[in-house]
Amino acid sequence: MKVSERWLREWVDPTVSGAELAAQLTMAGLEVDHVEPAAPAFESVVVGRVVGLIPHPDADRLRVATVDVGGAEPLQIVCGAPNVAVGLCAPTALIGAVLPGGFAIEPSRLRGVESRGMLCSAKELGLAESADGLMALPADSRPGQNVRELLALDDALIEIELTPNRGDCLGMEGIAREVATLNHCEFRPLPADSVPPVVDATFPVTLLDPADCPRYVGRVIRGVDPAAETPLWMRERLRRAGVRSLGPLVDVTNYVMLELGQPMHAFDLGRLTGGIEVRRARLGERLELLNGVVVEPDVETLLIADHHGPLALAGIMGGEISSCTDATRDVFLESAFFTPASIAGRARRYGLQTDSSYRFERGVDSQLQRRAAERATRLLLDIAGGQPGPIVEAVSPEHLPTEPAIRLRPERLCKLLGMDVPAAEVEEILRRLGMAVAVEVDHWLVAPPSSRFDLALEVDLIEEIARIHGYDRLPGNRPLSRMEMPPRPEGQVALERFKETLAQRGFQEAITYSFVDPVFQRCLDPERPPLALANPISADLAVMRTSLWPGLVKTLVYNQKRQQSRIRLFEHGLNFVPETDGLRQEPYLGGIATGSALPEQWGTPTRPMDFFDLKADVEALLALAGEPEAFAFVAATHPALHSGQSARIERAGAWVGWLGALHPRLARELDVEGDAFLFELRLEGVRTARAPVFRELSRFPASRRDISILVDKAATARELQACIRRHGGERLREVRLFDLYQGKGVAEGQKSLTFGLILQDFSHNLTDSVVDETVSGIIAGLASQFGATLRV
Amino acid sequence: MDPLPELIQTAQAAIAGADDPAALDRARVHYLGRKGVLTERLKELGRLPPEQRRDAGQAINEAKQTLETAIAARKAQLEAAALDVRLASEALDVTLPGRGQWPGGRHPLGRTLTRIEAFFVGIGFTVAEGPEVEDDFHNFEALNIPPHHPARAMHDTFYFDAHTLLRTHTSPVQIRVMERQAAPVRVIAPGRVYRCDSDLTHSPMFHQVEGLLVDEDVSFADLKGVLDDFLRGFFERDLGVRFRPSYFPFTEPSAEVDIQCVICGGGGCRVCKHSGWLEVLGCGMVHPAVFEKVGIDSERYTGYAFGMGVERLTMLRYGVNDLRLFFDNDLRFLRQFQ
Repeated sequence: MKVSERWLREWVDPTVSGAELAAQLTMAGLEVDHVEPAAPAFESVVVGRVVGLIPHPDADRLRVATVDVGGAEPLQIVCGAPNVAVGLCAPTALIGAVLPGGFAIEPSRLRGVESRGMLCSAKELGLAESADGLMALPADSRPGQNVRELLALDDALIEIELTPNRGDCLGMEGIAREVATLNHCEFRPLPADSVPPVVDATFPVTLLDPADCPRYVGRVIRGVDPAAETPLWMRERLRRAGVRSLGPLVDVTNYVMLELGQPMHAFDLGRLTGGIEVRRARLGERLELLNGVVVEPDVETLLIADHHGPLALAGIMGGEISSCTDATRDVFLESAFFTPASIAGRARRYGLQTDSSYRFERGVDSQLQRRAAERATRLLLDIAGGQPGPIVEAVSPEHLPTEPAIRLRPERLCKLLGMDVPAAEVEEILRRLGMAVAVEVDHWLVAPPSSRFDLALEVDLIEEIARIHGYDRLPGNRPLSRMEMPPRPEGQVALERFKETLAQRGFQEAITYSFVDPVFQRCLDPERPPLALANPISADLAVMRTSLWPGLVKTLVYNQKRQQSRIRLFEHGLNFVPETDGLRQEPYLGGIATGSALPEQWGTPTRPMDFFDLKADVEALLALAGEPEAFAFVAATHPALHSGQSARIERAGAWVGWLGALHPRLARELDVEGDAFLFELRLEGVRTARAPVFRELSRFPASRRDISILVDKAATARELQACIRRHGGERLREVRLFDLYQGKGVAEGQKSLTFGLILQDFSHNLTDSVVDETVSGIIAGLASQFGATLRV
Repeated sequence: MDPLPELIQTAQAAIAGADDPAALDRARVHYLGRKGVLTERLKELGRLPPEQRRDAGQAINEAKQTLETAIAARKAQLEAAALDVRLASEALDVTLPGRGQWPGGRHPLGRTLTRIEAFFVGIGFTVAEGPEVEDDFHNFEALNIPPHHPARAMHDTFYFDAHTLLRTHTSPVQIRVMERQAAPVRVIAPGRVYRCDSDLTHSPMFHQVEGLLVDEDVSFADLKGVLDDFLRGFFERDLGVRFRPSYFPFTEPSAEVDIQCVICGGGGCRVCKHSGWLEVLGCGMVHPAVFEKVGIDSERYTGYAFGMGVERLTMLRYGVNDLRLFFDNDLRFLRQFQ
């Protein structure tokens, strides 16, 4: 809502500056977004009247005007505007004037003819975006008068961002009431005169849907002057409010809307048939709107219709067929109350947002319609003449909003605000806001005015009191409370520890959109169709991720394209997996890495990272759960991963995640350079932790034996270790795999592994013979299960 | 045979002249070894007349001791010198970087979320979570935003179908917490939220932290107190904080909280649109209609709720000037927050 400060001060004129006024409004909940001048700075522009006009001797498009600017001598000014004419009054920039944009007016010669000033368009004065000729000032303007004074341009426009509950402030009257309340002064309401009918012309109105439209006030005005023009002051006020001037009939309805907040409509009576019906649309009806768009309203939509058919989308926009034109003489004014529920969401459905729908959606004072109709009649008669008929009011009282009195208890006020507000101040604030206040034994009974339909509950009144008293004057407390220690389960690894672990291991946390590119999604998780957005912001952010990988791969590519070669990223967030029993939204932790194993450095040779580098990172995460032996990496295939370098991660046999190299085919398709490695863990699967349990330390020394075995290539390290442990028994404390060799000296299809076996007993020193016996048992076990032989 | 004093002198010179442990050992053997010069002399004592033996033996033993002391001192000297040589040879350029992995770091938003959580956990809040694909009831209706409420127009909502959407704020977590937990309630709910809007100052996904405290006798003054403390703590500055009336369907009274512009200090700049103030929070007292939806007696209990934008707080805290940087995940940006 754009408010002219000068106009506002005609309603209420507190002794505060414009800046203070804006601050007051903001602190009262009517947030001022900004304040701007009504017109850019310019000086020495006065009213000039064209008193003579001759063609320019050397230019077809220019004419030479003699302009009376109130001085002794008229000025000779060369002018190219198409609408320059004798008798026209237009803003005239005198020599020495500087127009917006820094354009200085100096004596000049145009094609040899002297010109001593400039006749201006509205655009040249910064009053309009565009102009097709000189700005016409009222014909009775006094030549020489300062144009800033004439148009009252020394004014500020206050742009207020109203919250949806304050529909009452979508008119000057509502804002004036606020300002008056804040400043303890009175505001001047509009004259409450009613215009008596002079003809008995009426047009019937029938409410067929009184729940949506409980009140409809109409009035016929006959014989308005089609040649009448909107007075300059009204045009200026409309302009400052951002409303286009469209002739007196429309301008008056818009002006009353700005004054009172009541949207109105003017029909050309001559184009109406039978009578007005306020009803829901019927199947198949069509309506051409004022903006030229043809709509087919659905049956939920409220219409204004006559006996021929639809005339207007009620409360949203009028139709072309019944609109006022330059030839309109007889008018039917509409001033109706449409309930917010009947309008809300409708305008949007038709892609419209009008000043009218904006107000009705938020709510209009249900008692305002007659007053607005009277006010519009008065203004219309003043501007365009005409003979009003009597007001016709169709009303369904039982459908009008009720205004029950609200009980306000002092102790509740005190409890909610944390302070006592003196009773006298409470009553004063409420009364200044237009409420009727009755003092009862232990509470107040408060009746808000019909314009404050947003007030229905005790808390609403408490907010009003806090707001006017001033939020900044309310106390701030450090609350006292019972201290209660929240549980901190040791059996759950804190999310922070996972993130810190990865960060310490060189990973950078990323946050990517939860909606991803369907192409990336399909490539990286083809077997799980994702949940698609009905209204995505763009085609490449159209589906909900089922995996963190699409976002991570995209981020990897983004960084590779910015000259980053070594990239390690992780992300934590929900994945969205549609399943037969509904959508699973579960937190995951995922990562991607590419480039060298270590950052390029002097002391370590550079080598590309591989599967086992990332596996170490994953193992570090899994170790946080306190039972590394519970996790297994099982060779398995995943559509996004290299078939020979991918592992299903299991905990006690249940799947908890994936680790592997990005499939080379996908790397090519998705534009990934080099080998990339990925992991993803289901957080719930890895967060549960086993609390440590102490085990006795042995007091006896440990013995170590190393064995190298030759075994079939297909035997896995995990199986071999399990076999060693089984045969080693309790004395085998630790098995360390410290060498793996294939190649020269080892037969094709075989590999050599070297294990360090650490043995220790709790009750005595191990003798060589016991150690040898245990190791032999292990070797025999390996031989029988895997055909392993000792390598010599 | 040299007289003893000369012998000692010669020996001392030999010890002092030994340049390495081997030479020193040779000298030791020469004089003190089993067949050494002094040992031989001791053996020859027997040939002396008995009345001279005692004095002569004593003199030889003293000489022996003198030489042993000299050898030990020389040995220590040589070892010290050798160690010095070794240390000198092992000197490193300590300015060379350390070897191994270099740490990465948290995302700036993650860093801010962690900080915010720490402030509130420190005064007894617990962290709650909720789904991001939400239903209309929790995102809107239970928060006193019925269909077609104008407040819905302020939430450009992503939909899946008529009832399922991406949460537009973290406020639905309020409802979910109160549905499963009886008063008193003291939680914060950090997380991702979504709005169908994307330009220079809007991201279709962003983060909020919701706070909710419900108990007997909770007042607006308590809300002011806690947010005042939080904002000053977060920015580590004694900055101006102001509460001004606003509107949220799920709180009443409602407030918007501004801080004194941290860029210009309140004098007015581009960031604060020359107002000197920056809006950072929305808050208010829980609306009775919300309590009613979750079955909490609003006569007995009152509560406050607040919601803050994590991106905005992060931008102001670290001077980040472009919202989009957070989701580009450019390593050159992320590494600034290690």
